[in-house]
Parts: sequence; C-alpha cells; structure tokens
Amino acid sequence: MNDMPTLAFDPADSCLNVEQLSVSYDGKAALREVSLTVPRHRVTAFIGPSGCGKSTLLRSFNRMNDLIRGVEVTGQIRLFGEDILAPEVDVTALRRRIGMVFQQPNPFPMSVFDNVAYGLRLQGLSDQRALEREVEWALRSAALWDEVKDRLEASALTLSGGQQQRLVIARAIAIRPEVLLLDEPASALDPISTLKIEELIGQLAEAYSIIVVTHNMQQAARVSDYTAFLYLGELVEFSATDDLFTRPQARQTEDYITGRYG
Amino acid sequence: MREHISGQYDAELDELRAMVTEMGGLVERQLQAVCLGLSTWDADPAEPVAALDKAVNRLEVSIDDACAHIIARRQPTAGDLRLVMSIVKAITDLERIGDETTRIAKMLETLCALPALLDPLPELREMMERVQSMLADALDAFVRVDEERALEVIIRDRAVDRAYKALVTRLLEAMEASPERLRSYHNIIWCARSFERIGDHAKNVCEYIIYLARGKDVRHQGLDSAN
Repeated sequence: MNDMPTLAFDPADSCLNVEQLSVSYDGKAALREVSLTVPRHRVTAFIGPSGCGKSTLLRSFNRMNDLIRGVEVTGQIRLFGEDILAPEVDVTALRRRIGMVFQQPNPFPMSVFDNVAYGLRLQGLSDQRALEREVEWALRSAALWDEVKDRLEASALTLSGGQQQRLVIARAIAIRPEVLLLDEPASALDPISTLKIEELIGQLAEAYSIIVVTHNMQQAARVSDYTAFLYLGELVEFSATDDLFTRPQARQTEDYITGRYG
Repeated sequence: MREHISGQYDAELDELRAMVTEMGGLVERQLQAVCLGLSTWDADPAEPVAALDKAVNRLEVSIDDACAHIIARRQPTAGDLRLVMSIVKAITDLERIGDETTRIAKMLETLCALPALLDPLPELREMMERVQSMLADALDAFVRVDEERALEVIIRDRAVDRAYKALVTRLLEAMEASPERLRSYHNIIWCARSFERIGDHAKNVCEYIIYLARGKDVRHQGLDSAN
C-alpha cells in the first residue's frame, strides 16, 4: 500500500523481514503478497477481522503452517537476515528462536517446575542448581514467581487460567527465544488476568521482540508500539500504534477500528 | 462516513453534533444582538444576551458530559475520537464567545446612557461584520467538516486584528482631541477588545476542524503548516 506514513523505527533495527509473502490453503489464498518489517524489542500487533490472515501470518514465522496439508507458501521471511522458509531450515531449532503462546493456556500435565524446566532439559541442561536458577528467572520474568514459589511441585493444572497462561509464557521464555509470538494470549482470560498479561507483554518487550495477534482492538492499542491491519489477506496499513488509532491513512482501517466494518 | 455497526453509537454522535449546532446557534444570536445594539446605540436589542448565556453555559456542561460518556462507553478511535476531542475543545471557545458578548452587552448599557457618538467608527463596524461572518462560517465548517472553509476563516482573523489596531489608534487620538468623551471611547475600546477575542475563538474552532478533518494539529504553528 502506498502513502504509508514512515515508521518511526530504523529498518536496520528489525527482527523479521517479510517480503511478498503469499500463503494459500488448497489453492485458496490466505495471504497475498504481504511485505512488512517487524521491529526488534518492540510489541507489534496484528489486527483485522476473522479470516483476514493475521493468524496465518503469525504462524508463518515459526513454520506452523508446514503442518497443514495443501499449504503453499511463496515469498520470503528473514529472521535477522536468515531465510527461515528455506527447505534446509531446522524447524525445531527455529522454534527455539521463535516461541509461541496460544489462546488456550496449555501447560503440560506435570509440576509447575517441570513445565518451565521442560525446554531447558530438552536442550541438555541437567544440573539441578542451574535448572532451579533458570526456572526462577523465567517465572520472575513472567511475573509469576511470587504466586507459585511455594508450590513449585504442585501440578500446573491447579493454577488459575491467568496463572497458567503466565506459566506458559515462562516456559516459552525459559529457553530465551529471540521472538515471542502471542496468538490471542488473553482472550480466554478474565479482565484482571488480561491486564496482568498486558502488563507482562510490556515488560517482556525490553528483552524480546513480541508479536501479538488480537481480536481486541483496545488491547492492541494498549500494548503495542506498532500495529498492522490486515484485511482479506492483504496488509492494508502498518504504522505506529498511536498514529493508527488516531489518524489511520486507509478508509478500511478507519472503518474497522471505529466499528464501521459490517 | 459509513454507519457504525452499533446504531445506538451513531445516534449518540448525531445527538452530540446536534447539541453543538444548537449551542453555536445561541452564541450567534448573542453576537448578532450586541452588534445590532452597538450599531444603533441602543441597549435594548442586547437585553436577551444574559439569558442566552445561561442556556449556552448549560449546554456546555451537557455536551462535556455527553463526551465523557462516549469516551467511557465507546472508546472512540480515529475519526470518532477526533470528533469528540474537537467538540470538547470547540465548546470551550463557543462558551467564551458567549462570555465576551455578555461583557459587551453590559458595556452597552453604560455606553447608551452617554451621548451618542456621531462620528463614524468604520473599523468598529468592520470588526463586527467580520467576526459575525467568521463565527457563522466556523460553525458551518464544523457541521460539514469543511477544512478549506476553516482555513479561510483562520486567514480572515488577520483582518480583524488589523482593524482592532487601527481602531485603537483612532480612539486614542480622539480621546486627546475630545477628552469630554473619554468614557465613551474607553468603553468602545473594551468592546473592540472583546470582538477581537471573539475572532480568536472562531479561529480556534477552525483549527480544531482541521484537526478533525486531517488528524493534524495546526495550532501555534503559523499558517504555512495549515496549508
């Protein structure tokens, strides 16, 4: 889309570069020639109505779409310059660098401690002291430590929904990914838990590049630095969140964020 | 502009615009009344100004309240947000125009008790004509979100400022020449001062219209940035 306001970040300070990305499922286009640059250590939100392609775009970043039969992907995605769509890419290694959190909290049916230690153990860390140190760090980073430090051995399933979601975030950041993808991370949570997650997103952006997909426009306005609006598989507008919510450039964006989309 | 999915939201914004239009209409009547009084050296036409001012003040409070409700309940964004923001600011200027006319109406009572000035004051007449048309056009531009018209009104404010300066110079000279009329001249300067402020308030309203239309704040930046 032309006439976009210049983004207030240096393209050199980006984590992901998407060029002409198209994705289709069984020949049906879900994304059409999307190009955008995701800034490093910032929160970027993808918004748009159902079926606009925002989740497909998010899932392209850690190759989740590979699992879907009949998917066809063209274009380029580079993570700090490396082509992540190339066939020789080790997808497991990629997912260590790009973590993901889903709408429904999905802790493993094991203790709080073991949930967070899971990825670390997979990476070969076995020293108990080191594990304890890393688990505490991840739980503190996810603003959950104070609530669970006395019941680390309890089943993760005994935590509340909001606590489970923060646990899943702790599990994701324990292996210190570079990018964190959040797919509707608060839509299954109550308002207080939602605010805690939103607060956490802001804190995590100091160390991670975060991309959040949300149906909740006010949430995008609250948590993100940059917002991309997608519609019918196309990127309509991508700008600083302050600009997008006060003076969107495209009529489609205006209609959507003011509730005129029908 | 397309309608909102929520018809109730559209109705609330329509109601808000209607209240602003009503408030603008009352302020216009106040201004016309004092201009007529001053032109005819007669305090009677300005008599309703004080009562109108009470209605203007009540409307200001109601509109502020309605805006706060829309912000709290609807969380307006983009053009809707700019509309609510512009209205909150514009009604403050409209209310102050009302205050200025009330001040002029009071001065008119004092003035009309004094002997009528026979010598013409073309600059005063010019100021009255200009600020009346500026206010009318500003209100019209607000309703239509007409940024070209708004820009034109902003430019016209310069002529009001020039007429004010010329009038003050003329009256200072007249005071020296006819000290016995000092009180009349002094009161007229105060009236002119109010008209000059009214021009400024109409100009402010037009700056909000440009913000409303474009999302660009042109206050305190000179006319070049408004273009």
